[in-house]
Amino acid sequence: MTPHPNMREAYGLALLELGRKNRDVVALEADLGKSTRSVLFQEVFPERYFQMGIAEQNMAATAAGLALAGKIPFIHSFAVFATGRAYDQLRNSICIPGLKVRICGSSSGLSDFGDGKTHQSVEDITLMRALPGMTVLAPMDGLETAKMMERLIDWPGPAYVRINRSDLPLLYPASEPYHIGKITCLRKGSDAVLLATGVMVGRSLEAAQILAERGIAAGVYNISTVKPLDAEAVIQAAAGVRAIVVAEEHNRIGGLGSAVLEALRATPHPPVELVGIEDCFGLSAACYDEILNHFGLTAQAVAAAAMRTLDGSSRPKGHS
Amino acid sequence: MTDTATVKKLERMALQLRFDLIEMIGVGKVGHLGGSSSMAEIAACLYFHAMRYNPQNPKDPDRDRFLLSKGHCVLIQYAALTELGVIPRAELKKVKTLEGCLQGHPDMDRTPGIEAVTGSLGMGLSIGLGMALGFRLDRRPSRVYVVMGDGELSEGQIWEAAMAAAAFKLDNLTAFVDLNRVQATGPTREIFDIPQIERKWAAFGWEVVSVNGHDVGQILQALAKAKETRGRPTVIVAETVKGKGFSFAENNAVFHNSSLTAEQHRQALCELEARRAELK
Repeated sequence: MTPHPNMREAYGLALLELGRKNRDVVALEADLGKSTRSVLFQEVFPERYFQMGIAEQNMAATAAGLALAGKIPFIHSFAVFATGRAYDQLRNSICIPGLKVRICGSSSGLSDFGDGKTHQSVEDITLMRALPGMTVLAPMDGLETAKMMERLIDWPGPAYVRINRSDLPLLYPASEPYHIGKITCLRKGSDAVLLATGVMVGRSLEAAQILAERGIAAGVYNISTVKPLDAEAVIQAAAGVRAIVVAEEHNRIGGLGSAVLEALRATPHPPVELVGIEDCFGLSAACYDEILNHFGLTAQAVAAAAMRTLDGSSRPKGHS
Repeated sequence: MTDTATVKKLERMALQLRFDLIEMIGVGKVGHLGGSSSMAEIAACLYFHAMRYNPQNPKDPDRDRFLLSKGHCVLIQYAALTELGVIPRAELKKVKTLEGCLQGHPDMDRTPGIEAVTGSLGMGLSIGLGMALGFRLDRRPSRVYVVMGDGELSEGQIWEAAMAAAAFKLDNLTAFVDLNRVQATGPTREIFDIPQIERKWAAFGWEVVSVNGHDVGQILQALAKAKETRGRPTVIVAETVKGKGFSFAENNAVFHNSSLTAEQHRQALCELEARRAELK
């Protein structure tokens, strides 16, 4: 199947495919099925599709009940509502008993660019990462989304999937086998390493090109499993370079940057710079690029962060 | 109609469950006596009569499910599961300790016979709704019973679930409201009044049956009606007395979650013994 460049469309198609393969897959949604693209599943499997109304808390706990009845429920909403509105239900009804429920946080990050603060999720990774037993996934494009979904049938326990609303360049290596928990090297480089998730992976690849033009060799890694983070692989990716940049479309507090710093804490490592949203809510913008640029989530910003960090690390200690 | 022998058996079981409550709480150990005792007859009627539940096979996929949305009253469920032999009796004295398997709120991973994690209030009906949807999809005969408190009805999620269960026409789902009229900090009428509970559920599309929650015959009749009702879920609104069976605790918000003094413990056992003599 040709991968779809639109991540939410790719998600919907992958969900439909799972529905074909496994009759225990059920989908729930809260009046956003046309946006989340779970509607593609509804069209083929109406009897396994539950329209819960605009009631995310009930949807999450209902999914717990369905899981206890032997089903594999996928619940859908915008990332901000799926994680925030229903947090206590995810915590108590799903995560404490470790139930196999999949939470699709769609229109994640700033990708719902027009709707502004209330609909953009800047803290969903932090919230989901804090839940014991929750797997946190943030694919980089439609191709990786499709591969990730296939793995979610057998993966144990609850999982959160962060889905972008937009078209993103298909950059995941098609021949690369996908495993939850694995980080993917997309480019090698000995001076700096760029660790990124979601939309920032493509931008980090562009940043590596900018850096190459300045004679700096930067490696790029896609970290789509934010939790459980492969700490060993992160340490290895960072070995030998002089700067680490972590890039994410998310608050700098508690997201991938925090996860990487937690992984590196016990071992000597080069300086780390974080590219992310600086502890504030989003804004309405005319297009996705405009809002990403506004918050400094650009290839230029990632490249600049790498250069800043390289400069800092080559300077003798005690001088600034 | 239910025969008098069945009624008698269940009345005696409810009494035994209250004995078990006192065994768990003992002297000086804090526990939710009031709301556990108010639903002793409900628990007895469900586990020992209405439910398809074989204690020799408590994982049978076709069993009926009991969910305690008012999870703080889990002591009464521990009592019932102990009488069924699903929980070893020796666990009762170890309740809420690291040595035992009986947690302060229902925990399906640690305690045999517990079907879900509940206790953050307002969530049990949604979980039951999900189970009921799943069973219907698989054409399983299992029915789902959810017990809620009346104070708990101020949680908005309950009404989300109420709307959804009616929208999905789930007649394999039966709910109880344990209408004991006392919540943690005082009488519900003074703390947060929720008038016309029956009319609210009816307006949400449920079959509503009102019973005296300490009258075993009435509970059994209501449960039989729920089983026969097609195309919509049933709620049984059970008028009860918080702390029922212990004169010092009845209608007393202090015993929502409290410990017994040695004197209260002695009195509790005395009153249960007197009831036992009555039921001879």
